[in-house]
Amino acid sequence: MNGSSTTTRSSRSARGALTTLVTWVLVLLFFFPVFWMVLNGFKPESLASSVDPTFIFKPVTEGYQLAMDRGMAGYLQNSLTAAVIATIISVVLAIPAAYALSIRRVNNVENSLSFFISTRFMPLAAIVLPLFMILKTVGLLDNIYMLAVVYGAMNLPVTVWMMRSFFLEVPFEIIEAARVDGAGMFREIVRIVLPLVLPGVAAAALISFIFAWNEYFLALLLTSSSARTTPPFLGSFVDGRGQFLAVLSAAATIAALPVIIAGWAAQKQLVRGLSMGAIK
Amino acid sequence: MTATTTTPQPAELEDVKAATATDKRRVQKKELWRNRSLLLPAVIFLILLTQIPFLTTIGFSLTKWNLLYPNDRAFAGFDNYTSALTSGDLWPSIRATVLITAFSVTLAVLFGLLFAVLLDRQFRGRALARTLMITPFLIMPAAASLIWKYSMFDTNIGMINWVLQSLHLPVVAWSTEHPMATVVIVLTWQFTPFMMLILLAGLQGQDKGILEAAQVDGAGAWRTFTWITLPHLRMYVEIGVLLGSVIILQVFDPIAILTKGTGGTKTLAYLLYERAFIGLDVGQAAAYGVVTVILTIIVATIALKSVFKVFMAGGSR
Repeated sequence: MNGSSTTTRSSRSARGALTTLVTWVLVLLFFFPVFWMVLNGFKPESLASSVDPTFIFKPVTEGYQLAMDRGMAGYLQNSLTAAVIATIISVVLAIPAAYALSIRRVNNVENSLSFFISTRFMPLAAIVLPLFMILKTVGLLDNIYMLAVVYGAMNLPVTVWMMRSFFLEVPFEIIEAARVDGAGMFREIVRIVLPLVLPGVAAAALISFIFAWNEYFLALLLTSSSARTTPPFLGSFVDGRGQFLAVLSAAATIAALPVIIAGWAAQKQLVRGLSMGAIK
Repeated sequence: MTATTTTPQPAELEDVKAATATDKRRVQKKELWRNRSLLLPAVIFLILLTQIPFLTTIGFSLTKWNLLYPNDRAFAGFDNYTSALTSGDLWPSIRATVLITAFSVTLAVLFGLLFAVLLDRQFRGRALARTLMITPFLIMPAAASLIWKYSMFDTNIGMINWVLQSLHLPVVAWSTEHPMATVVIVLTWQFTPFMMLILLAGLQGQDKGILEAAQVDGAGAWRTFTWITLPHLRMYVEIGVLLGSVIILQVFDPIAILTKGTGGTKTLAYLLYERAFIGLDVGQAAAYGVVTVILTIIVATIALKSVFKVFMAGGSR
């Protein structure tokens, strides 16, 4: 640092402070709809639906009570069932598949991987009609377990890809040592490999849960009443009459909360999951 | 792929030595089959739930089949496709799908890049800023669309119009006056964090030494960014664009909630939904489903060629 740098340094730090300020303004602006949703959920209906926005008020839980009165607990229960079962299915099927595609030898790894990625990219619109017809014929329409199975298939490719990227990081020496010790394949997976990739399994499970919890299209078409999940329930607000912004905001907050918390907790793994393991 | 250059285990060593070449091959084959069986459950499950339904959709699309006339069901050849082309529903729908995807992905990448660059700096509360930024992507899409529809876009109680009025600007009925923009705004808002996360990973994976060298050589911040950082980010942009496009091509939630397909926003997924579940025309709807797949394949192969290399890099042992 030479003598003349005092001015440049202070101007640089001023510019840094300005950039930070701009960053925060933009971030808060971007986040505002979420903040506003949470705020509106705690307003009495008359305030939430008023023309001039209110920022300071006495919070009430009226909106949340009204959402529960509309039977939201049941929809949440269904969403939870579908998301948890879908996650279990995709993880249980993905572990051996990812293991085979990374540590064991199978021919045509590339082909198998393309198969998985192509099913992930298969638009739901292309498969929903036969699913609907078949489920209708066998009486499994509006069945939450069936929806969970379909979600399991929807999430499986992502889970396989993602877990594979974690499996590939297991040092081969460890597996080799286990094999020399005469560990069978099952023991090799359960005892040696799984503990090492547990963070990966958790991250894949999380991504699977998020996708299933948020899914709207299939839920709308494959369920009607007893198996209805939260997204189509929320969607039904569109046909609402009168003032309902407080209820809607409360319901949306409850619906979004599990995934928001999960996503915040697992920020580091999120990129990896979203990019199907391509980015670490 | 060194995975199973199975180093012979000591106990087996004698056998291996003794074994003839054919025996060895048989052992390898058995091993290969055992490995393949690990893959099998997942593959069968996906064939049952995605491949077979897709083939069935193709079958449906070649059938004359309206649920209103269940007995009048017959092979129709390409009638559903020709009538899709002539009825004037298909092209606007492809247009809507492609435009919505192109605008949303482009804007999300640009905003994502902006936020990634801003959040790559060290500053107070960076972790919190990052946490707040990813939230729109985590919010249930149906909830996000509803919140925007009522608390942001609404002509009476929406915040955007309140701001416009405060500035003495005319109120805008977003979903009827600018349906396309409405959908694109919400999708951009939801996907900006997605792009930001991917690009941020790219920025953080940059070789700091090269950046310092550029600085020493007197390259300004802007030149360093355009000549070094952007080319480095290319791969990440490609991944973001591919994944974002494939997801948004299927977009349904914001259409169903914000515009109901009016004003040139009837995407293929929404058109199929209307045809099948309101019009009850299974054959016609199936044809739209097949078109959606074709469109996805076109977009994906354009983007995928380069990106697949990235997926495979660091891929196989």
